[in-house]
Amino acid sequence: MEAGRGMPTRRQMLHAIGLMGGTAAIYQMMTTFGHAAETRFPGPPNLSGARKGSSVIVLGAGLAGMLAAYELEKAGYKVQILEYQGRPGGRNWSIYGGDKITEMGGATQNVGFAKGNYLNPGPWRIPHHHKTLLHYCKAFGVALEPFIQFNHNAYVHNTDAFGGAPQRYRMLAADFEGGVAELLGKAIDQKALDTKLTGEDVDRLKEALRSWGMLDQDMRYTKGLRSSSHRGFDLPPGGGVNGAPKPSDLLPFDEVVKSGIASNMAFFMNDEFQTTMFQPVGGMGKIGEGFARQVGRLVTYNAKVTKLMQDKTGVSVSYADTVKGGAMTAKADFCVCTIPLTVLSQIETNLSEKKQAAIAAVPYSNSVKIGLEMRRRFWEEDQDIFGGHSFTNQEIGLISYPNNNFFQDGPAVLLGAFASGPGGYRLAGMTPEQRIEAALAQGSVFHPEQYRKEFLNGASVSWNRTPWVMGCCARWNEDTRREHYQELVALEDRIVLAGEHASYVGCWMEGSLLSSLDAITRLHKRALEA
Amino acid sequence: MTYRFLSALALIAALATPALADEPGPGGSKPPVAKTGEEVYRTYCQACHMADAKGATGAGTFPALAKNERLGTTAYAAYIVANGKGGMPWFKDMLSKDQAQALLGYLRTHYGNNYKEPVTAADVEAFGQKPTR
Ligand SMILES: Cc1cc2nc3c(=O)[nH]c(=O)nc-3n(C[C@H](O)[C@H](O)[C@H](O)COP(=O)(O)OP(=O)(O)OC[C@H]3O[C@@H](n4cnc5c(N)ncnc54)[C@H](O)[C@@H]3O)c2cc1C
Ligand code: HEC
Repeated sequence: MEAGRGMPTRRQMLHAIGLMGGTAAIYQMMTTFGHAAETRFPGPPNLSGARKGSSVIVLGAGLAGMLAAYELEKAGYKVQILEYQGRPGGRNWSIYGGDKITEMGGATQNVGFAKGNYLNPGPWRIPHHHKTLLHYCKAFGVALEPFIQFNHNAYVHNTDAFGGAPQRYRMLAADFEGGVAELLGKAIDQKALDTKLTGEDVDRLKEALRSWGMLDQDMRYTKGLRSSSHRGFDLPPGGGVNGAPKPSDLLPFDEVVKSGIASNMAFFMNDEFQTTMFQPVGGMGKIGEGFARQVGRLVTYNAKVTKLMQDKTGVSVSYADTVKGGAMTAKADFCVCTIPLTVLSQIETNLSEKKQAAIAAVPYSNSVKIGLEMRRRFWEEDQDIFGGHSFTNQEIGLISYPNNNFFQDGPAVLLGAFASGPGGYRLAGMTPEQRIEAALAQGSVFHPEQYRKEFLNGASVSWNRTPWVMGCCARWNEDTRREHYQELVALEDRIVLAGEHASYVGCWMEGSLLSSLDAITRLHKRALEA
Repeated sequence: MTYRFLSALALIAALATPALADEPGPGGSKPPVAKTGEEVYRTYCQACHMADAKGATGAGTFPALAKNERLGTTAYAAYIVANGKGGMPWFKDMLSKDQAQALLGYLRTHYGNNYKEPVTAADVEAFGQKPTR
């Protein structure tokens, strides 16, 4: 920024620092509550010596249910799984051309994606430290490839900044860091920093600020080769006669702050969103398929559990065959129930009142994902964007570019929305056709020339209207954790709950697996004591 | 803009950022502000209770709000909408008092419900002052 012009005011600085301080405080809070710790995987459980003929019924063939079935069968139990849907995997799911999606309320979509293209409507990325999931992917032959989580060249759009024009992440981040570094440098010079640092430390800090924020010799963040080497050039370095680069203009700092870039930066710092991240080759649903190769033969599909009872002699589960009709009962010595709490809270059980209260106490988050198939990869060809996300504060939340098959001709599917909160509710309440229209209208802000022109077809999943989960993920808070969590996860005689909701790694596949391993370990112990 | 307003903004942004779960990320997914009871219903409720308020059934059920006698008891409906229950999320930090009041008044007089007695500000005490986003 030019000296004397566009200087951030004290007010803006306070805002900027408020943002950072707030985030740090939250981080500290999260660490205290264990959210920020990397997940724990002690290795596959060593269960053995099940009593001969001992049986377990598993409710739900999502990852938690199938892992329980796999390990319990290995330990020697007779295992049966009841699953509402006609497919395994639960929320681990990919949608391909030819698939049919029917949501609650009856709206149906026939997916028209080209062969090989897919939408991951639920899980789509795997942190490199989700070791349980990575372990079983390897064990079950599920190939993984990189998920491009962080792309400096994608956009950030905020209706309230830059007159609604999207900016490249790289520019906003560089200008934010440069602006903050300059402000802190000034604060140091004005002895305005209340710090215990020695004079030497302060000099080091100033040097650090200079190199972090790309400040010039006067500790100013200015237009030049230094700032451009972070934010990008007007004319990038080239060869030969006209090879010299031209630096780019800086963005006004107040607009940079307004764009909310600091929270984008903080998002990427979250330990679950740090690179390296992975995705299965061919779609997230490949993980569910991998588990089903191990235990698919144990699953009764189209079985809607309607009642769960236990007594001194065993567990009795009533279910309806949703295709052929008819009510059935299945019996076993023990039960692992992985049915999402939204549904389970409506199923008749004779679990204790406290347990039932816990089951009814955990509301679910909401989300909508929309896949848009485009005739060509214009984001790669025209904008040099290879994977990653462009963020917006519109309802769609973001658009995200495919992480595979770079440079290929032919149609590709981009994620046209990952919406939660208020905007997610509104999209969820629309018809599938209205959702596509909203996604096209809002996503066009990033690619106005191409978005509608290259659009071929789309598909959406409203998690609220997904019949077997009716929401996205369990959403705990400190109060509900304190009042209900231990009660929810406690083994109650012959029945134990497992799943994403029974973990502190909520809304991650890792959480459902860790919960499952913990649940079956306790169940096995209980079974041996019986 | 006052400093207090700015710091309130900063707080919201900071609170919205940390991911306790896989989530879209920052920015906030922002719908147009719903004012009338009908707009609030379309924005926040029909996702589950459906456009005709008749609900739907899958592995579980979204109850019909159409012809629902329980809406006759404003306190019950206001409590459920504010605090949630089972698969019904809580809305007390997403809806303003005005929005909740308009919404409940709308539901009590539409979709085959005919409860003329108006919903008062006191009925929706539990709701926040304004939508957080
Ligand atoms: C939008 C979204 C994005 C996500 N992103 C990620 C991500 O990027 N990375 C990640 O790791 N995780 C992500 N997750 C979380 C992840 O999908 C879940 O944590 C995980 O898949 C849950 O597994 P589960 O076995 O606990 O539950 P589920 O997979 O839901 O399994 C429960 C099973 O029970 C069945 N069922 C329900 N009712 C009945 C009934 N009455 N009778 C019989 N069966 C029944 C269901 O059909 C289902 O198969 C995301 C989730 C969503 C929704
Ligand atoms: C995520 C889905 C979802 C959304 C969104 C939702 N509801 Fe519900 N609602 C439910 C479910 C599920 C129940 C049943 C809860 C139970 O009894 O276990 C319910 C129950 C209710 C009830 C009680 C009905 C009765 O007969 O007891 C009322 C009233 C209600 N909802 C109103 C609303 C309003 C108003 C909105 C919008 C602000 C709304 N709901 C949004 C899922 C939802």
